[in-house]
Amino acid sequence: MENLLNIFIKSIFVDNMIFAFFLGMCSYLAVSKTVKTSIGLGVAVVFVLLITVPVNFLLEKYLLKKGALVWLGEGFADVDLSFLTFMVFIAVIAAIVQLVEMIVEKFSPALYNSLGIFLPLIAVNCAILGAALFMQEREYANVAEATVFGVGSGVGWLLAIVGIAAIREKLHYSNVPDPLKGLGITFILTGLMAIAFMGFMGITL
Amino acid sequence: MSDQEKEPMFSAKNLKLLTGQLDQNNPITVQVLGICSALAVTVKLKPALVMALSVTIVVAVSNVVIAALRQYIPDRIRIIVQLVVIATLVILVDQILKAYAFDVSKQLSVFVGLIITNCILMGRLEAFAMANKPWPSFLDGLGNGAGYGIILIVVAFIRELLGSGTIYGYPVFEKAGAYSIGYENNGMMILPPMALILVGLIIWVQRSRNKSLIEHK
Repeated sequence: MENLLNIFIKSIFVDNMIFAFFLGMCSYLAVSKTVKTSIGLGVAVVFVLLITVPVNFLLEKYLLKKGALVWLGEGFADVDLSFLTFMVFIAVIAAIVQLVEMIVEKFSPALYNSLGIFLPLIAVNCAILGAALFMQEREYANVAEATVFGVGSGVGWLLAIVGIAAIREKLHYSNVPDPLKGLGITFILTGLMAIAFMGFMGITL
Repeated sequence: MSDQEKEPMFSAKNLKLLTGQLDQNNPITVQVLGICSALAVTVKLKPALVMALSVTIVVAVSNVVIAALRQYIPDRIRIIVQLVVIATLVILVDQILKAYAFDVSKQLSVFVGLIITNCILMGRLEAFAMANKPWPSFLDGLGNGAGYGIILIVVAFIRELLGSGTIYGYPVFEKAGAYSIGYENNGMMILPPMALILVGLIIWVQRSRNKSLIEHK
């Protein structure tokens, strides 16, 4: 339990997707103009990560890893499908995003309308594939750990995008030098936020 | 279409595809594409160079493939087709890097795989390759890869020089004897936030030189 909490906190603050690894920057920069839409996108990312990371974990464990196919019989012990990792992960992510979109549309039209075009765009959000690949690289022990890592990364991303959106709303009232307006100042602000987040470095529970 | 075929291979329009992306249409600082992987690999020049090269190859080749297939791809499943083409190329790049440049491949870690979701790829495929012939698409891919690479290399150069005191592994400051007179490396440069701030500064410089890029809201 302590271990899970540790992974959760760590993936939100220390290994924050945006501030430590710059993942999902494209949509982070494009959709952070107002707080409301950024919350919508953030929630959608958390949701998709909650589902895709454990699914990819299971696929990695029982299909892709060297010797993972041993449950089919002894003859499969030497099969190593890890070169297919990218293809399988991205296919799973695209399929699940599509599925989530259909389910949300059917059961919660209100949520569907508020998420709008963000849902399909999530398939190509680097943070989703990034989380799957980090999950693989860090070799989490079981599904629970992988799930917690996925949700934590999503929450960290949500935190970052809502934070920058709030700052950008306030920025309308400040006098930014012309060439820095828009993109430039957003980069510098993100950098400053990242410096603040570095204060969390080295925390373990 | 027929008059396009008579166009010389390096006509002014085609050359524009190649060079326009370096400044006026730079994928990172103007189109805001592909930032995800751009910043994480810029601590040292070597991984940045390898990354720039990999992305250029993948963008150029996938642009050609999609442009060649564009009339046969059903509109509804084009995203999946694009992803499959990109993923195949990225797997190739990844395997080649693992075979011939294992240490760099380790340093790049997940970021090679993340070329798949690099927005430059999808962006260029959707915006350019789906509507153009293979040759202009190839040039467009090369141009975008180069525009991406140039930012990567500038950021990596500054970070490596000031952060580690080396250029491509060569210890400049040590050879110049700067440490003996009290010079110290700026450890901040190695940390992730500085990559963001440097890109911000590059945008600032670029836009004050080229006023047409300034965003007015």
